[in-house]
This record gives sequence, C-alpha cells and structure tokens, in this order.
Amino acid sequence: MSDSTVTAVSAGSFARNAALADYFALLKPRVMSLVVFTGVVGMVLAPGELHPVLAFAALLCIAVGAGGSGAINMWFDRDIDAQMSRTRERPIPAGRIMPGTALSFGIWLSIGSVALMALAVNWLAAILLAFTICFYVFVYTMWLKRKTPQNIVIGGAAGALPPVIGWAAVAGEIGLASLVLFIIIFMWTPPHFWALALVRADEYKQAGVPMLPVVVGAEATRRYIFWYSIALVSFTFAPVVIGLSGVIYGIGAALLGAIFVTLAVLIRRRRSNACARRLFSFSILYLFLIFVLLAVDHMSWSSTFLGS
Amino acid sequence: MPLHDLHRRQKVRNMAIALGLAGLVVLFFLITLAKLSPEPGQ
Repeated sequence: MSDSTVTAVSAGSFARNAALADYFALLKPRVMSLVVFTGVVGMVLAPGELHPVLAFAALLCIAVGAGGSGAINMWFDRDIDAQMSRTRERPIPAGRIMPGTALSFGIWLSIGSVALMALAVNWLAAILLAFTICFYVFVYTMWLKRKTPQNIVIGGAAGALPPVIGWAAVAGEIGLASLVLFIIIFMWTPPHFWALALVRADEYKQAGVPMLPVVVGAEATRRYIFWYSIALVSFTFAPVVIGLSGVIYGIGAALLGAIFVTLAVLIRRRRSNACARRLFSFSILYLFLIFVLLAVDHMSWSSTFLGS
Repeated sequence: MPLHDLHRRQKVRNMAIALGLAGLVVLFFLITLAKLSPEPGQ
C-alpha cells in the first residue's frame, strides 16, 4: 500500500469514527449552557417585548455562535489540548475528528448563527454576536492566549457579551444595565480561571501557555484572585445602585459574595490546590445564582409594581 | 471498526443532518410567521 493510500485510509477512518457526540463536544456544551443562560437573563431584564419564536431564534443563535467559536478554538488549540490531561480526550487530539472538519464545522455554525440573528432578530444583535465570535477566535484564541498572562482578563470580554446580545435582541439597543451585566461576568472571569490555572499550573507550563501562575507564580496569583474577588463582589451591587434590581437581589448577592470572598481568603491563607478547586467550582454556581437572582428579583418587581 | 458498525454510524449521522435541516426549515417558517404578525400595540 502506498503512503498516499495509507493517508487516505487513516483520514477516512478519522471521519468515519466521529460520532455525533464528538461534534457536540466540539461546541463546548458546558460553556455554551452558561452563555445561553446569561443571554436569557439579558433578554428577561431588557425593556420591550420579543415574539417567543424570535426569542427562541435569538437564543439558538447565541448558543450556536458560542458553539461554533468553541469548535474553532478547539481546532486552533489542538496542539495544546493534546498535552493536557484535562483536554487530551477532546475529539481532535483524540483523533476522532479531523482538524479541518472541526474548523469548517465551526466556521459554518458561526456564519449561520450571525446570519440567522440578522434575519430573524435585528442587526445590532447580529453585529454584537459577530464581534463576540471574532473577539473569542482572533483576539483571545489566536493572539492573547499564547502571548500574555492577561489572556483571560482581556479575552473574558467575549464570555461577558452574551447578556448584552440578549438585551440588544429584545431592546434593539445597548443599555447601561446590560453593560453592568457585562462587567459582572468580565470581573468574574479572572478569579474563576486563575483558580483553575493554580490547580493545572504544571500542565499549562508544559504546554507553553502563559497563564498567570506560570508567569508570576502561585503566591502572586492568589493575591490577584483575592483582589479581583473583592472587586467582583463590590461590583455585583451595581444593579441595585442603578435601580435594575432590588432587595431580593441585594441580599442574595451579599450572601453569595461573602462566600466567594471567604473562599478567596482561604486560598491565600492555606495555599492549597483543594481551596483553589473549591473556589473554581463555587464560582460557576456563584455566577449562575447571581443571574438567577437578577431574573427573579426583576420578575417579582415587575409583578409587584406593574401588576403584570 | 466492523462494516455494519460504520454503516450504523453513518445512518445515525445522516438522520441527524436530515433532522437538523428539517428543523431549520420549520424554524424559518415560524420566524416568517412571527415577522408577519403585528407587533404589540399596533
């Protein structure tokens, strides 16, 4: 058998071995679920109304756009993914999907999601979605991630935009309140990912990714996590200050914030990976609950004062 | 991988693509209906 035949056969088995679950995994479903959820809250809080079918289409576009950019990210980062135990079993490094297939899958999903958003919802939401995808792919994945320890600080903007997109889909504009939601997620991202990076520092170092613990060390990272946590928790009161939310949210945010800061303090004092892991896990729940509180508080306020 | 297993996988994938396309057609139809319906307050 010639070399070209061998290549053709192995390439064929690559594609044939791919199951639907592998294509689904390319979409980074866990990231997608948080993105969709924050997008929903952005839509709930926005002034105005949107036909349920169009609202569904908007959420589908946010989900598919996030998934498409996730697939492109996995295509670009396949060399890094192959070196880390957490990502080694992803479809591309595991050899179940060809890199080119993943790339075209991601590109088509991204283009399709933006086109559908423009046709079904409005141009502003489509432009914001396109900007989010481009920022995640070109600025974070291709540029910042391998260049600077500030990668997830700046790159976090992409993950923070979905509630703004949701807001724009309903209201047709970008309001101050949607920017507050953006900043909450933007401030949340660094302590969340740095807690993970503390636990996986050796793997990031081996893969050549300049995460903060790799560049400045664990002690400085713990200090950064603490101060970012203080900044995040302080900023979560902004929705109350601007009148977006009321007492229910304020009390909930204070309690959740107290737990977040306590875990950040424990990371500094105990210097253990177990504490970092705990903060990482809690931070996901924290963001979820903060957005649940925003939605619940808004709906209870609406029903009390608007009688709806 | 056995041939029948490959065929089964290809069948599942083709079915998923067909369902996805059918879903898109239905979605476009519903979006058209939603766009044609009068906005609240009109």
